Amino acid sequence: MSAPDKATLGALFWAFTRIGLLGFGGGPAMIPLVQQEVVKRHAWLSDEEFADILAIGNTLPGPIATKMPGYIGYRVAGLPGCLIAVLAVILPMIVAMILLLGLFSRYRDVDWIRGMGQAVVPVVMVMMAQLTLDFWNKSRLALGWGVSLAMAATAGGLIYLVGLHPGWVVGALLAAALLRPAGTAEEASR
Amino acid sequence: MIYWELFLAFFIPNIIGYGGGPAIIPLIEAEVVGRYGWMSAQQFAETLALGNALPSPIATKMAGQIGYDIAGVGGALVAVLATVVPSLLLMLGALGLLYRYRDSPRVKRMSQWVRPVIAMMMAWLTWSFLSEGLQGAGMLHTLLIGAAAAIALLHFRTHPAFVVLAALIYGGLFLG
Repeated sequence: MSAPDKATLGALFWAFTRIGLLGFGGGPAMIPLVQQEVVKRHAWLSDEEFADILAIGNTLPGPIATKMPGYIGYRVAGLPGCLIAVLAVILPMIVAMILLLGLFSRYRDVDWIRGMGQAVVPVVMVMMAQLTLDFWNKSRLALGWGVSLAMAATAGGLIYLVGLHPGWVVGALLAAALLRPAGTAEEASR
Repeated sequence: MIYWELFLAFFIPNIIGYGGGPAIIPLIEAEVVGRYGWMSAQQFAETLALGNALPSPIATKMAGQIGYDIAGVGGALVAVLATVVPSLLLMLGALGLLYRYRDSPRVKRMSQWVRPVIAMMMAWLTWSFLSEGLQGAGMLHTLLIGAAAAIALLHFRTHPAFVVLAALIYGGLFLG
């Protein structure tokens, strides 16, 4: 790969800065923005390539919104492109988080600041309930009521009653899913 | 060694967390609140609230902020690298192999099987936020804010940033 020119790196930087600043709601919600910049605006990838890379990204764990920029940046402009794309997506808001929460904790002793902190807890509770429902519904559609409930209850018992680290439970499930002989035709079609 | 612990606390959730950033949240909570006790449930809720109000991926924002809180800039760097680098390296290094298996039923099964466990952990986290709210804001305020947030988020599809902002104002005025 030849050394990337400054214009390409600049374009990568601005494209992924826009994606990072406009993408609310976590990684999966940012995918359409990535497609808009990468396929429609800059034509770094075709629609098919984008779909393939998204599918590949989903075969791996971890946040999708850093795997995609990293891979696309690497493809367009090598290692510097990879670094620039990932940093452009994540860095501005990491700095914003550190500054805002730092300021917040410094004045935690002030009554009304502490009140603000207490008031967001019920909001986060609702957001987490929403995510719970979302994951539960997807799970129910893919595995059915009975299996989902049995898996959730078993995992919950192992993690919260037995005190097993969740990494062991999820890790064992992942290994079983990978090693068990490929499923039936019905399973593949779901 | 704090850097090593930070690395593990973010590496493990991200290497087993299928389903993007949101799936990783309860796994991170299990590490930073449950296992290492670096922050209280209240602090974790505050981080999560701000994380949901700001754009860009949630997993890296939480890693950066929590890492910084615990061990300064070096801590932020370690936590973010542990979040981003392993899966990105796999993606760059094993693209050909992964391409062949991208529609494999086994791979699909991996994310399917993990989902009920993550849902369970999310339900647990919802519960712990509820009890935190009852202790902090009290029953009346927790019910009021929770109901208003649920209506705004689910029914009117209000942007999370506005819901968090409204809660901050309410808390500043009535919970001080």
